[in-house]
Amino acid sequence: MAERGSNRSPETGAFFQRDRQWHPPAFTPNYKSSVLRSPQKALLSFDNTLSELTGPVFGHAMLGELDNDLIHNFAKAGESAIGERIIVHGRVLDERGKGVPGVLLEFWQANAGGRYRHKKDGYLAPLDPNFGGCGRTITGEDGGYAFRTVRPGPYPWPNGPNDWRPAHIHFSVFGHGFAQRLITQMYFEGDPLIWRCPIVGGISNKAAVEALIATLDMQSTIPMDALAYAFDIVLRGRRSTLFENRPEGN
Amino acid sequence: MAQPPDQLKESPSQTAGPYVHIGLTPNFCGIGGVYASDLGSTIVNDETKGERIELRIRVLDGTGTPLKDALLEIWQADASGLYNSPAELRGAADPNFQGWGRQPTDMETGVCQFRTIKPGRVPFRDGRLMAPHITLWIVARGINIGLHTRLYFSDEEKANAEDPILARIEHRLRVPTLIAERQGDVYVFDVHLQGEKETVFFDS
Repeated sequence: MAERGSNRSPETGAFFQRDRQWHPPAFTPNYKSSVLRSPQKALLSFDNTLSELTGPVFGHAMLGELDNDLIHNFAKAGESAIGERIIVHGRVLDERGKGVPGVLLEFWQANAGGRYRHKKDGYLAPLDPNFGGCGRTITGEDGGYAFRTVRPGPYPWPNGPNDWRPAHIHFSVFGHGFAQRLITQMYFEGDPLIWRCPIVGGISNKAAVEALIATLDMQSTIPMDALAYAFDIVLRGRRSTLFENRPEGN
Repeated sequence: MAQPPDQLKESPSQTAGPYVHIGLTPNFCGIGGVYASDLGSTIVNDETKGERIELRIRVLDGTGTPLKDALLEIWQADASGLYNSPAELRGAADPNFQGWGRQPTDMETGVCQFRTIKPGRVPFRDGRLMAPHITLWIVARGINIGLHTRLYFSDEEKANAEDPILARIEHRLRVPTLIAERQGDVYVFDVHLQGEKETVFFDS
């Protein structure tokens, strides 16, 4: 069977182990919600079985025309969301640097004022009647993706007495194996709130934080229309199966 | 200095936050009209082969309080133990069963329900059969990196006893944290994030 969106045969090697010192740990007390929600015992480690090597396939046919256009996918006909119009684009790569095709990307965010369309969000900034805040797309053959939205606003949140989230877009990413499943957030180049955020601060390595900051990409802007930000996402790579006893059935 | 490895680093995880529903189950949180339905909300259809079961899952924090803002995904084999995935090379899985589902925890009760089928057995790396199981992935506010575990079945005692993953759990007292209890057609499963009954979570 061909790999999704390509003529290559599927790779079946196990995924590289996760570098848990690169990711934020479960317990990051400056982010208070993690205190009672963080496992405290050691994780059970094992090489991937078929249950982790495999994963669901999402086809381009499931996508609606406006799924990757948050400016319009919730707006009334002829209207559009308020805010700084931006294009977010990039590639999904694996740790070997290869583009990953067929990756379902789902994203969600606050509106330009920093308010989410959610009953749990009571921030005084108003809802935008033309902005829902969700979108999705699937990467092409080279792992590339793009969507259009408005730049989300930063907002205060009840953690410390005066904590603010930097402007961010949430990303949910489906690779080819369930072991690659990832949720992360994209931040914007130059935002001074990034380095004050207790959630970002859970990541101890500065280079790891920088890997989540999108770059202003003037060459991809649309003059008189939208700015552009470039943001690449990296998923776990796969071991080659050279010299390796293959799992039963592969 | 030696040659640097020619490798990138995985993007670091960040919490799904309290508003994960907007992105992953928008219809559930009142954002209608963008997607026809929430992805993964229906797992089986009339043609799907296998025994219909229901999973009733709660996720409890360190005080024993159920999370009401979590999101769970399941991934499982079909009734004959085949995954509906290109990396499944042993045969074609049931075309009426994708094997993947997604549900939020109820905002009042914290209960998360999946209607699915009982999976068949899947081989471990060395060919021994694993016990029937469903992979669980849990995200929420306060969870910095998605939690991976498995749900096994209480009425599969013999298979559970020879399961190579369960066998790796050093502290045998913790094995029951991965076993859902059968009550009629329903399997009840509590995930404990912390404490004496902390669920065994995986790094795989």
